[in-house]
Amino acid sequence: MANLIGAKLERKEDKKFLTGKGRYTADINLPNQTYAYFVRSPHARAKITKVDHSKAMKAPGVIDIFTGDCVVKDKIGGLICGWKIVSQDGKDMKCPPHPVLAKDSVNFVGDHIAVVIAETLEQAKNAAELVNVNYKLQKAVIKTSEATGSENIHEGIDNNLSFDFLLGDKGKTDEAFSKADKIVKIDLVNNRLIPNAMEPRAAIGDYNTSSDELTLYTASQNPHLDRLIMSAFNAVHPEHKFRIVSPDVGGGFGSKINVYAEDVVVAYASKKIGRPVKWVAERSESFMSDNHGRDHITHAELALSNDGKITGLKVDTIANLGAYSLVLAAVTPTYLYAPLVLGIYDIPVACCTVKGVYTNTAPTDAYRGAGRPEATYVIERIVTKAAKEIGMDQAEFRKKNFIKKFPHQQCLVHNIDSGDYNAHLDKAIELADYKNFENRRSQSAKKGKLRGIGFSSYFEACGVAPSAVVMSIGSGVGLWESAEIRFNATGNISVFTGAHAHGQGHDTTFAQIVSDKLGVAIENIDIVHGDTDKGPFGMGTYGSRSLAVGGTAIVKACDKIIAKGKKVAAKMLEGKPEDIDFKAGEFILKNSNKKKTIGEIAFACYLPGSFGDIKSPLPEGVEPGLVETSFFDPSNFSFPSGTHICEVEVDEETGETKLVKYTVVDDFGTIINPLIVEGQVYGGIAQGVGQALYENANYDESGQLTSASYMDYTMPRADNFPQIKLDYTCTPATSNPLGVKGCGEAGTIAAPAAVMNAVIDAVGTDVSMPATAEKVWKALKKNGSKKAAA
Amino acid sequence: MAVIELSVNGKKISKEVSDNTLLSDFLRDKLSLTGTHVGCDTSQCGACVVHMDGNSIKSCTTLVADCNGSEITTIEGIAKNGKMHSMQEAFKKHHGLQCGFCTPGMVMSAIDLLQKNKNPSEQEIRDWLEGNICRCTGYQGIVAAVKDAASKM
Repeated sequence: MANLIGAKLERKEDKKFLTGKGRYTADINLPNQTYAYFVRSPHARAKITKVDHSKAMKAPGVIDIFTGDCVVKDKIGGLICGWKIVSQDGKDMKCPPHPVLAKDSVNFVGDHIAVVIAETLEQAKNAAELVNVNYKLQKAVIKTSEATGSENIHEGIDNNLSFDFLLGDKGKTDEAFSKADKIVKIDLVNNRLIPNAMEPRAAIGDYNTSSDELTLYTASQNPHLDRLIMSAFNAVHPEHKFRIVSPDVGGGFGSKINVYAEDVVVAYASKKIGRPVKWVAERSESFMSDNHGRDHITHAELALSNDGKITGLKVDTIANLGAYSLVLAAVTPTYLYAPLVLGIYDIPVACCTVKGVYTNTAPTDAYRGAGRPEATYVIERIVTKAAKEIGMDQAEFRKKNFIKKFPHQQCLVHNIDSGDYNAHLDKAIELADYKNFENRRSQSAKKGKLRGIGFSSYFEACGVAPSAVVMSIGSGVGLWESAEIRFNATGNISVFTGAHAHGQGHDTTFAQIVSDKLGVAIENIDIVHGDTDKGPFGMGTYGSRSLAVGGTAIVKACDKIIAKGKKVAAKMLEGKPEDIDFKAGEFILKNSNKKKTIGEIAFACYLPGSFGDIKSPLPEGVEPGLVETSFFDPSNFSFPSGTHICEVEVDEETGETKLVKYTVVDDFGTIINPLIVEGQVYGGIAQGVGQALYENANYDESGQLTSASYMDYTMPRADNFPQIKLDYTCTPATSNPLGVKGCGEAGTIAAPAAVMNAVIDAVGTDVSMPATAEKVWKALKKNGSKKAAA
Repeated sequence: MAVIELSVNGKKISKEVSDNTLLSDFLRDKLSLTGTHVGCDTSQCGACVVHMDGNSIKSCTTLVADCNGSEITTIEGIAKNGKMHSMQEAFKKHHGLQCGFCTPGMVMSAIDLLQKNKNPSEQEIRDWLEGNICRCTGYQGIVAAVKDAASKM
């Protein structure tokens, strides 16, 4: 039981998923249930002149149809931006209204206009086709680069500019650049991605007309936050009568953080008709209306001294917010991005500007890594380019510029508590057999393949985050986490966490922590999450925060259990609380052989009196029961780091790129369950490789999403990968008692730069993401390759 | 509408279904076998894979009408007497699943691979699973699980 920290345990939750007993939102069917189907805009930008649903209302099975007029009449609020930032001129960012059902205008293909509620899904779909919407088409603004020079999409938002953000000291940075011996410049596009959790979003509203209680089942990463937003801003239902259940959720990756229009509308519709309303997204709806990610254009410059030291960094980015500003739309390309462009280098001065622009595309928001992959891509691309330009080995250049002493206050925001960057770089170089790379390159050349190698030494700020800090920079909520340990009288434990698992394995990792702390067998510990009626308010899971923040809340609640247990044990063992030791599930009176198990103590707490032979007195002033709650607000972010080394082979004739070798060494601080951590890293890398080589959300000039199915949006598949080689270094985090740092996004953060540095090394010239065969082939041609087939 | 007779996980079933009913909807909505998932509607992701007469098929693009007289096995039908199939055990051992959504289709597809190729190479496993998308695992644990199961089946 004890010493479970670091144990490679198989997951407790696996059996239900493996036997088909997982229970996702779409698997739930309620008595008397109805079905919702949304009427969506086929146009990227248009004025709505009329919505006529009279014909549809008469269609078979139709119960009701709700439009933008209905939600306005019933005072249902629009969707919100939850973390607003301030422009460099001191003005607040500009957020357009974002109605849950559009009334006057639509702003992207897939924008919601009306919902049809019918007895069957087929009837709802058929009736939706009869809803007649008249549009006055307008010229859509699509390209990130053209947004500020185009017609205003939203009234009162000039140049489609939501914000013009600045971080850092521009004057001092310019001065450093004026004194630089060399300046390296780079232009980068960070491609738009669609998160594509395998479970499409789904929601069921269930209003109880008798009790006035509203239940919403929804595939969400943060049910409590959803409830708060839907109560406070969308005015769907008061919080105390509103329950949100997010049962098994089939992947999130950031796309299930937001409260979506469908969530609000099915909850509202259920209240209106007094019956359950179910909606399940088709995959094409997910492509169109889930939040997208990334979509940056960046120019960056790095100042160097003659001896290869970095003396300054300038980054200018345009970030495409899409049609509206979602919950984390503004913070993702600003505070989650700009501080991170420094990477793990000791850079004395830097500045970063970000213009957030609106376009007629699906709104963007957090997608696995949220800001940090974009930042890592900037610094790791330019550092690689710098090493090449000054003729220094790229590993040596990195080591020369790494931060070496901790804690380290970076020149922008973060105070990095711990790390050893040489250690993971050296280990990765060793594992990847870097010294023999040129031999491998020659071997590949003999097969007609161009081989390249790419590095990416990353860090990230995760474990969001100190509430005082995030609220001072615009967050609408604090980012603490809650835990409740409920010891039952029979000795087993229910642990309630405000975090939410949708693949991360909390049922196992959190149980390991509790078992290790309290000495209770892991099978007697149940981790409960995803239901606002069960546990205390919690912030949910994103930003690799669950273990560092939620796990720590659990540790703190365990500590309170032990403290109370000591008081009870002291009474029972006839000693003083300060003379009671707790170890491996037993309370032991010092210098004696007297002890009580934690199970006996729990039992005593629930039976504070005498009953037959059982005598379980509680000390005076100690309340019965053994339940403790803790809310943990971290003192700092946590800062995982690591080095990825990727090798690719490019077919010079076709431009096809194949990943042939991949090595990763991470420093996640303390690791609770290596099996789960490995899985997070492999999966994260796969998504990063997807961005680099395959995935791209593409809108045509009129704003049609031309990559809205798995036939058009290339997801990474099993045959795209070699075995990934993985190892760790460890410098424990100092901001939480577990020493953990977070591992959920690291792979996705570092991989795109590693892969693209390898591709560019192979091809010999710049290629943008995704490095498809066509793009690589064109780059080879342009670079003068005679082999690239005509 | 027509009456369709088929066997699902060894149980004989006779039901009247409309001509356009998909096997995935039939399993999920009529038989409450919700372990078979629908992830894409276009036969690309493989979350809906079941066995029809022993061969893996994508149930989201199969009409029930075409299954008349056939034997269907779903993820719910492969554990025997409460003991998981060795492929299920291997997925657990090698962390071949995270969110679990692609898992039923992935397991059913992998079992079919081993029926057709008892000792597949790593590349053969990866090529076979090309029709099953997993967004969580990066496939490394899945491939390890299939290799391990092959050594035990």
